[in-house]
Amino acid sequence: MIKQRLFAQKVNFSLLKIAAWINGAALAIIVYFILSRGWRAISWEFLTKPPTDSMTAGGILPCIVGTFLLCLVTILIALPIGVASAIYLNEYAVQGRLVRLIRLGINNLAGVPSIVFGLFGLAFFCIVLKMGVSALAGGLTLGIMTLPVIIGASEEALKSVPQTYREASLAMGATQWQTIYKVVLPAAFPGIITGSILGLSRAAGETAPIMYTGAVFFTPDLPGSIFDEVMALPYHIYVLATAGTEIEQTRHLQYGTALVLIALVFGMNLTAIILRSRLRKKVRT
Amino acid sequence: MRRQDIDKGVQSVFLLVALFSITALSLIMVFLFLEGIPIFETVSVKDFVFGKYWYPTDEPADFGIMPLILGSVYVTLLAGMIAIPLGIMTAIYLAEIASPRVAEIVKPIVELLASMPSVVIGFFGMVVVAPFLQKLFDIPVGLNMFNASLMLAFMAVPTICSISEDAIFSVPTALKEASFALGATHNETIIRVIIPASLSGICTAVILGLSRAIGETMVVLMAAGGAAMLPTSIFDPVRPLPASIAAEMAEAPFGSEHYHALFAIGVVLFVFTFGFNLIADYISHKFRQVGEASL
Repeated sequence: MIKQRLFAQKVNFSLLKIAAWINGAALAIIVYFILSRGWRAISWEFLTKPPTDSMTAGGILPCIVGTFLLCLVTILIALPIGVASAIYLNEYAVQGRLVRLIRLGINNLAGVPSIVFGLFGLAFFCIVLKMGVSALAGGLTLGIMTLPVIIGASEEALKSVPQTYREASLAMGATQWQTIYKVVLPAAFPGIITGSILGLSRAAGETAPIMYTGAVFFTPDLPGSIFDEVMALPYHIYVLATAGTEIEQTRHLQYGTALVLIALVFGMNLTAIILRSRLRKKVRT
Repeated sequence: MRRQDIDKGVQSVFLLVALFSITALSLIMVFLFLEGIPIFETVSVKDFVFGKYWYPTDEPADFGIMPLILGSVYVTLLAGMIAIPLGIMTAIYLAEIASPRVAEIVKPIVELLASMPSVVIGFFGMVVVAPFLQKLFDIPVGLNMFNASLMLAFMAVPTICSISEDAIFSVPTALKEASFALGATHNETIIRVIIPASLSGICTAVILGLSRAIGETMVVLMAAGGAAMLPTSIFDPVRPLPASIAAEMAEAPFGSEHYHALFAIGVVLFVFTFGFNLIADYISHKFRQVGEASL
């Protein structure tokens, strides 16, 4: 009897193990295809030259610059608002209807589909606020989308600061704001940065929110400011793969761009993951 | 000014900023509805939602989004059939069985899968999975419902997995120990004690995972085939709601009927995900597990 039960356990546990590794396999397969077919496209020219011959040759410099500009606007809007929201929720707020409402707002904002953010950005930033299709409008749209991630990460970082720190500071006669500013924030800082990198990496890879708010097919020059329309890495992949004139001939450019995007996003994520695991070890000891 | 007054002022500033999220959400709703409502001067709500034909550029145009809704629902359900077992099983493995060393490898893998840009997954579905499916099943087009569902599944797994794992992890150890003390094996403990105890968290995870899948745009835009018709098999091409918006916005002149129709689709999509989120929120608050007593 016990033998049977242990046998059932063995079978079930193997199934669970297989399920876990299917994820690993999926990741490995995707990365393998992009890497093996994309690395040949990567060269110094590819990274530092604009596209040529109506986007069938040349590089992706304007896309890299564009994605960088979008990310810049995103973080400038999402980081201050996100951290401030987290401070209010974790340090000041008393549980009640207002906090419940704010949390409901954040949770639902996190669930809004990316294309709906795009529609909103188009109607509000581009048309009503007259920003047109620009890095500013696209970045603001991405910023609002990233906000819940940054709030969540910042709250977690604030929560991990021991209560005794706050009590010690308050006991010294500091006000609450002084305590937050001088004691709590510095202690939570690494956690907040980690979360922000994760949020930003998500924004960098998004396509749907910027399709009609910030990114365009092709710009003849590099963007001069955030008020210009930009090319962006994710949108460039989409355009080359679906709307180009020579879809088959530009395959290597598509794989190359995808590889650059993955490298960027994974690089940011790995940095955050390593930072975080170091942080956890530090907290434990 | 006394520093206590500064403190009060600072607190109000933080409150104002914290209200930004709810303001943004309200603005999103307002603008979706403002731009979406005008289409109902041309078609009734009933014909819009239940109409079987979506020919927005024809003369006269047809604005029936049932094929798009069904496309979204089918793709999401099929993705759920793959992602729900896979996500929950991975979560159980991570929380209960894997040694800390293995978990430290598998967790980043799941996180990297979550961070994979959707356009890359869509691209992968287009150029690698589609030809593969075409050969494997001997079908005319590789860009179809099954392809998109498979790709969506791998985008939903990380969400389902990480939230389920939190729920499983937070089951009190005392419950586990009690089960062991009664002579149950680890396997029986997982099935009879741990899963029931974390069920509300797992349900939340599933709903949020499906909500993410139904709103995902690039994957269904690139891998689903894009035909706005009622599918008859899983190898038929479909055109889910987000794909329609993304594909057609470029050709819809500002302020035209088509433009308003696309915003109305946005409203439908928003209502779907908003509903999912409210249900998830309700479950996680209503059935929140507070120690052993709640069982």
